[in-house]
Amino acid sequence: MTTCLDAMSQPTISREVVVGIQQGLHARPADLLAREARKWQSRIELVAKTQRVDGKSILDVLTLAAEAGTRLVVEATGPDAQEALEAIGGLFDRNFNEQSNDKETDS
Amino acid sequence: MKFSDFVAVDAIRSDVEADTKQGVIREMAEALVEAGKIAPGELEGIVKAIMKREDLGSTGIGRGVAVPHTKHPSVDRLVGTVAVSRKGIDFESLDGEPVHLFFLLVSPPDRPGDHLRALENISRQLRDDGFCRRLKASATPADIEHLLEEADSHGIVT
Repeated sequence: MTTCLDAMSQPTISREVVVGIQQGLHARPADLLAREARKWQSRIELVAKTQRVDGKSILDVLTLAAEAGTRLVVEATGPDAQEALEAIGGLFDRNFNEQSNDKETDS
Repeated sequence: MKFSDFVAVDAIRSDVEADTKQGVIREMAEALVEAGKIAPGELEGIVKAIMKREDLGSTGIGRGVAVPHTKHPSVDRLVGTVAVSRKGIDFESLDGEPVHLFFLLVSPPDRPGDHLRALENISRQLRDDGFCRRLKASATPADIEHLLEEADSHGIVT
């Protein structure tokens, strides 16, 4: 069993990601991100220019108001940090499976 | 962005009657029509678009809060309103809890930044348990209006 102390003694690893979604990191991708982050034991934080937030909280992620093109650093600390970082990085790489156009709610 | 930049105070509801997801969305959209913020002829289209967005994934983001929204070409600026449900509504929320606090947003398709900044402001305030408690306990639309004003003047505004 992993205690808080164990987790704290783990090194933090990080990777830079770019928000590629045209609409920015809005509610749906923020939900996907927080949902993915919660699958892992590791602490997941997102670091923007002026703030650092808990990647497992959709409210926290939304307070980034990260528009298209924003660079963020994803930090993971804990026993499964590597896998967590790959999974979360993958969401950004795939643009959270968003369509790249604006038309989906026009009807 | 502040609440006063997008919340139509005449459309605030402190005690919605609806007891379904679609019902509360309709009630809030109707309130925006009554407040003159969306055209009566656009009501059905807007309700439909918001429901379509909900099908992609519930905007019930947990802690008894939902942020139903859509882009819609009939508005030329971001408009929104706030509603409270006394009994709570099943919104298929991420945490499965009934939703009591609703923030409905309709934004022009070409202004994604405004939508993001509105979501940012809402989320920032909602992280404050005191704000959630007081919003839930608001007895009248005027109480909600005052709470939002207070949040605007004391909250962290970017």
